[in-house]
Amino acid sequence: MIETSAGKSSLTPLSVARADYATIGNWIDDAARVLDLGCGDGALLGFLAAQRRASGYGIEIADAGVLACVRDGINVIQSDLERGLAGFDDDAFDVVILSQTLQAMRRIEAIVAEMLRVGREAIVTFPNFGHWSHRLQILRGRMPVSSSLPYQWYDTPNIHLCTVADFDAFLVERGYRVLDRVVLAKGRAVTFAPNMTGELAIYRFRK
Amino acid sequence: MPSFSATTASAEKSTVDGRSVGPVLPQAAHFDAPLPLACGRTLAQYDLAYETYGTLDAVRSNAVLICHALNASHHVAGFYADDPDNVGWWDNMVGPGKPLDTERFFVVGVNNLGSCFGSTGPLSTNPETGKPWGSDFPIVTVEDWVDAQAQLADRLGISQWAAVMGGSLGGMQALDWAIRYPARIRNALVIAAAPNLSAENIAFNEIARQAIMSDPDFHDGNFGALGLKPRGGLRVARMIGHITYLSDEQMEAKFGRQLREGLKFSFAPEFQIESYLRYQGDKFAEYYDANTYLRVTKALDYFDPATREGGDLARVLATATCRFLVVSFTTDWRFPASRSREIVKALVRDRRDVTYAEIVAPHGHDAFLLDNAQYHAVVRAWFERMTTESGVRDDFLAGSRQ
Repeated sequence: MIETSAGKSSLTPLSVARADYATIGNWIDDAARVLDLGCGDGALLGFLAAQRRASGYGIEIADAGVLACVRDGINVIQSDLERGLAGFDDDAFDVVILSQTLQAMRRIEAIVAEMLRVGREAIVTFPNFGHWSHRLQILRGRMPVSSSLPYQWYDTPNIHLCTVADFDAFLVERGYRVLDRVVLAKGRAVTFAPNMTGELAIYRFRK
Repeated sequence: MPSFSATTASAEKSTVDGRSVGPVLPQAAHFDAPLPLACGRTLAQYDLAYETYGTLDAVRSNAVLICHALNASHHVAGFYADDPDNVGWWDNMVGPGKPLDTERFFVVGVNNLGSCFGSTGPLSTNPETGKPWGSDFPIVTVEDWVDAQAQLADRLGISQWAAVMGGSLGGMQALDWAIRYPARIRNALVIAAAPNLSAENIAFNEIARQAIMSDPDFHDGNFGALGLKPRGGLRVARMIGHITYLSDEQMEAKFGRQLREGLKFSFAPEFQIESYLRYQGDKFAEYYDANTYLRVTKALDYFDPATREGGDLARVLATATCRFLVVSFTTDWRFPASRSREIVKALVRDRRDVTYAEIVAPHGHDAFLLDNAQYHAVVRAWFERMTTESGVRDDFLAGSRQ
């Protein structure tokens, strides 16, 4: 967990973060214009640039992430996502990505609306709170701690955890159209009872 | 966990690394080719004072131009052998092993036209009259300065700068280089700058000018011929300026309500801040020229490249092809972060390669001159990246220009 006076940073355990890269890479067209919200050290943008010749910008609030991006030659804009995306025009990007940052944001509806304002499509990934191990821990009376949620209740940056079923309902209620959904466990797509067996959910959707 | 916490620690350490470039010698370049100015007049001939640090490589590809702000000069780094206390104004940034490493880059500092530190300005002799220019020296603009800097680049055999870098008014020059000489600049470092001055900023400049012009020793700018200097006006101008370069927070921390000796029910300086401002004002009035101050503040007021495209900054920046590093400081209220974000927004609209760092610093506008671990680490990383090109990065950057 990176903390700076500028605020909180990328919250993703590295091993879990990499699992969604391949899926996202498969969903992105060659030479796509990409905006990566909460880009951390820019690894996903670097991956997409190498694999898809994607270009664009990352947004990151933490000093350490910004510095890492500069080192790797990733275009990064230091900014607080909670303030929205006022610095970006409508439809400026093919894809706007929010990778494992959703669950730590305060204003979920606002950021999702902003993603679909500046981008044609949105890709959102988040740890699935509905995983059986989380359910089991709650049944035992404790807050879940797992490889996808590696925090104690008192030090977690995650304030808006949801399940796959919750996010499905969220998108339906707002009339967003799901283009793709993959749920991963141990880096592999699961098809059987994904809300029970999946650790990481990856959605691609549009207005 | 992302692994970059460790790199931050080393970056913090690295900002205290680095050595002085050591003793340096100012140089002068004389130009006989007339320089047309924005005001419509022409400088038939002029001199530019400059300094260089490091070595220009064989293919002349490692040159970095440093543009100075309001009251600085070509003396960017190092010191003078006969005046060792006269250390360059950006010595913490430029030197061997410093963020702008003179072991890799050839760094040029230049004094702008109209200044009073060696380049042609109001204190220089007007060749047509044989007398000092004084009040007759033209009002020069950022664009005029950059045109003159381009002449110096030609003289030094530099067809393209690896980077042009400046803070505040210096950042405006870097921006102008990117817009009007796109083929001659690969990187622009625009620090604590703005795409133009706000009304409040112009207002502060006007107060400073009024302070100078209402000084009884000003004599319409012809004080020099009378052996006078509008010291009082310069002092007040500097005091006002100085307040706007600091933050309330920093002033409170540094001075608070501290008294020198207790209240004396007099108008002598009693609070430490009064005494500090007087000291800064006195110092400035000794070394700076009033006619230069009037002109430099006008150059600030006039700078507004977007007007060339009906106020559309993105359209005027669309000619730029270089990579941009834009930096602002959280407590800077003279050139606040929101103004830097305007530049970034325009560059994003143009799909230019731009990185923006918003540095948490308590020091207000002055922060761009001070040592700050994150700020220096970002600048260092930017210059290091320029010297180590990776395949991934090239793909990424090439893609973003489409």
